[in-house]
Amino acid sequence: MSLAARVEEKLYQNRYLVDAGKPHIAIRPHEKPSENLLAMTHICPAGCYSETSSGQVEITPDGCLECGTCRVLCEASGDITWNYPRGGFGVLFKFG
Amino acid sequence: MIEERFDAIVIGAGMAGNAAAHTMASRGLKVLQLERGEYPGSKNVQGAILYADMVEKIVPNFREEAPLERHLVEQRFWMMGDRSHTALQYRNDDFNEDKPNRYTIVRSQFDRWFSKEVQAQGAIVICETTVMELVSDAYGKVIGVRTDRRGGTIFADVVVLCEGVNGLLGTRAGLRASPKPEHVALAVKEMHFLPRETIEARFNLRGDEGVVVEAAGVISKGMTGMGFVYTNKESISVGMGCLVSDFAENKDTPYGLLEAFKNHPSIKPLLEGSEVKEYAAHLIPEGGYNTIPELFGDGWVVCGDAAQLNNAIHREGSNLALTSGRLAGEAIFQIKSRKEAMTKQNLALYKKLLDDSFVMKDLKKYKDMPALLHANSQNYFLAYPQLVSKAMENFLRVDGTPKLDKEKATIGAFIKERKWSGLFGDAWKLARAWR
Ligand SMILES: Cc1cc2nc3c(=O)[nH]c(=O)nc-3n(C[C@H](O)[C@H](O)[C@H](O)COP(=O)(O)OP(=O)(O)OC[C@H]3O[C@@H](n4cnc5c(N)ncnc54)[C@H](O)[C@@H]3O)c2cc1C
Ligand code: SF4
Repeated sequence: MSLAARVEEKLYQNRYLVDAGKPHIAIRPHEKPSENLLAMTHICPAGCYSETSSGQVEITPDGCLECGTCRVLCEASGDITWNYPRGGFGVLFKFG
Repeated sequence: MIEERFDAIVIGAGMAGNAAAHTMASRGLKVLQLERGEYPGSKNVQGAILYADMVEKIVPNFREEAPLERHLVEQRFWMMGDRSHTALQYRNDDFNEDKPNRYTIVRSQFDRWFSKEVQAQGAIVICETTVMELVSDAYGKVIGVRTDRRGGTIFADVVVLCEGVNGLLGTRAGLRASPKPEHVALAVKEMHFLPRETIEARFNLRGDEGVVVEAAGVISKGMTGMGFVYTNKESISVGMGCLVSDFAENKDTPYGLLEAFKNHPSIKPLLEGSEVKEYAAHLIPEGGYNTIPELFGDGWVVCGDAAQLNNAIHREGSNLALTSGRLAGEAIFQIKSRKEAMTKQNLALYKKLLDDSFVMKDLKKYKDMPALLHANSQNYFLAYPQLVSKAMENFLRVDGTPKLDKEKATIGAFIKERKWSGLFGDAWKLARAWR
C-alpha cells in the first residue's frame, strides 16, 4: 500500500469543518514548480500537495492540519499565499 | 462586534495567552481574548508534558481541578539503532510525591479547562474568531485589532501576541520575521488508545504513574529530529519531529517516518493492539536564543512560541509560554497601576522580567546548540547511534572473541567513520554548546 493512501486513512480519524469554496492556501500559477514547492508533495504531513501529469504542483487543502510547514518553506518566495481558515473552520483537534 | 475599549487584547488561547489573560484579569484589568479555534485547544498540539511549577504560579490549586493524565516517575532516553536501542533510564519513587513536578496532559482538554479559569477571573473570551490584522495609529503604535467577524476594529491599550509558532499577525505587521525552515521542526503525532491496565503493565506503572520515552538516532534518517512516546491514562501519544529544512532536503514524508518509528521493534510492542483516534501535525520553534525577535514595542508584547521561546534541548515549550505570558501580564499590570502609557519604553519591563527568569537564562545557556546539531545532524543522528548500537552488539555477543579484540574493533569502527579529529571535534563542540 502506498504511503499516500495511508495518510488519507490517518486524516479520516480527524474532525474537520471545511469552509467549502474558501481554500485558505493557494499556489501561484506556474509553468515549472520551484524546488521547495515540489518538496511539499513529499513533506506536507496531510498530503495536500500533489504533482499534476503536466508537472505543476496543485493543492487540495481540505485535510490541512494547519501546521504552517508550507508557509515556512514557500511563502517568502511568493510560491503560495497562506492564511488561517476563517474562525471556527478547519481542523478541530479532539486531543491535540 | 464589541464597542467598548479594553485594557488589553490577548491573541490566542494557548498556554501563553491563557497565562497572560488570567494574570491580567485576576488583577482587575479589562481583558478581551480572541481565539480562532471552535474552542480553546482545538488548534493546539503538544506531546504533552506539563510542568507543574509554572501552572501553580498562575492557578495554585490546579492539581485539584485541571484534567491531568499521569504524573511522571520515569524518563527513558533511547538511542535508536536500526533494530536496537541503547537506553538511559531514570526512575525515582520520590516522584510519587504529594505535589508532583511533571504530568502528562491532553492538550485540548487542558486548554479548555484553563480557559474556564480565565473566564472565571472576568476576562471576555471569544472563540471562532480569527484576528486578521493589528491596527496601528499614525505613529505606528498598535492600538487594536481587526477580526474576521462583522463589525469594526476593537481597541485596547496593549495587544498581547500569543499567536503561537506561525504568528501571522506579528510577521505581517513587520514586528518580526517569519520563522526560517532551519529554525522550526515539523512534528507529527498520533493518539493510540489502550485499556489503562494494558498501559500500566507494559510500562511497569502503578496507578497514575507515568513514563516518558524520548528517542533519537537512526529513526530520523540523519535529520535533526526526535521521536517520543508519552503515557496518558488510557492513551499513548506517539510522535516524531524533524527540522523543516532537513525534511525539504531529504524529501521523506513525515507520516512515513512516523510509521517507521511505530514499527521499530523497540516501539511496536508498546503500541500493539491500540486504536488510533487522531493524527496531528504542528511546528515547534527550535532556533533558540539567537532567533528570539524583538519582544515588545509601542502598544504590543509577544510571548511563547510566537517569540521562539522554546527549549528544544529539554523538550520544554509550554512552561516558557506560561511564564512569558504571566510576566507580560504582570508587567502590563504594573504599568497600568502607575497610570502610565503602554509605550515601548514602559513595556521594556516585560523583557526585564523575562531576562531575570529561567526562560532567557536557559535559552542563553544553549544558544549554540541548535546550529551545532543542525550542521552535524548526519553524525549525531545517524553515524554515532549506529556505531553505539554496533558496539553494544559486539560487547554482548559472546562468541569466543577475546574482549580486548572486541574493544579494538569498536574503537576502530568509530575512527574509521569519523577519524580521531572528527570524534574529538564533535565531542568538544557538543560539550561547549552544552555549557
Ligand atoms: C508535537 C509537540 C510536542 C510538544 N511537547 C511538549 C512538551 O512535552 N512539553 C512542553 O512544555 N512543550 C511541548 N511542546 C511545545 C508547546 O506545545 C508549545 O511551546 C506551547 O504550546 C506554546 O504555547 P503558545 O501559547 O505560545 O502557543 P499555542 O499553544 O500554539 O497557542 C497559540 C494560540 O493562538 C491561536 N491563534 C493563532 N493565531 C490566531 C489569530 N490570528 N487569531 C486568533 N487566534 C489565533 C491558536 O489557535 C492557538 O490557540 C510540544 C509541541 C509539539 C508540536
Ligand atoms: S499547512 Fe501543513 S498540513 Fe496544511 S497544507 Fe501546509 S504543510 Fe500541509
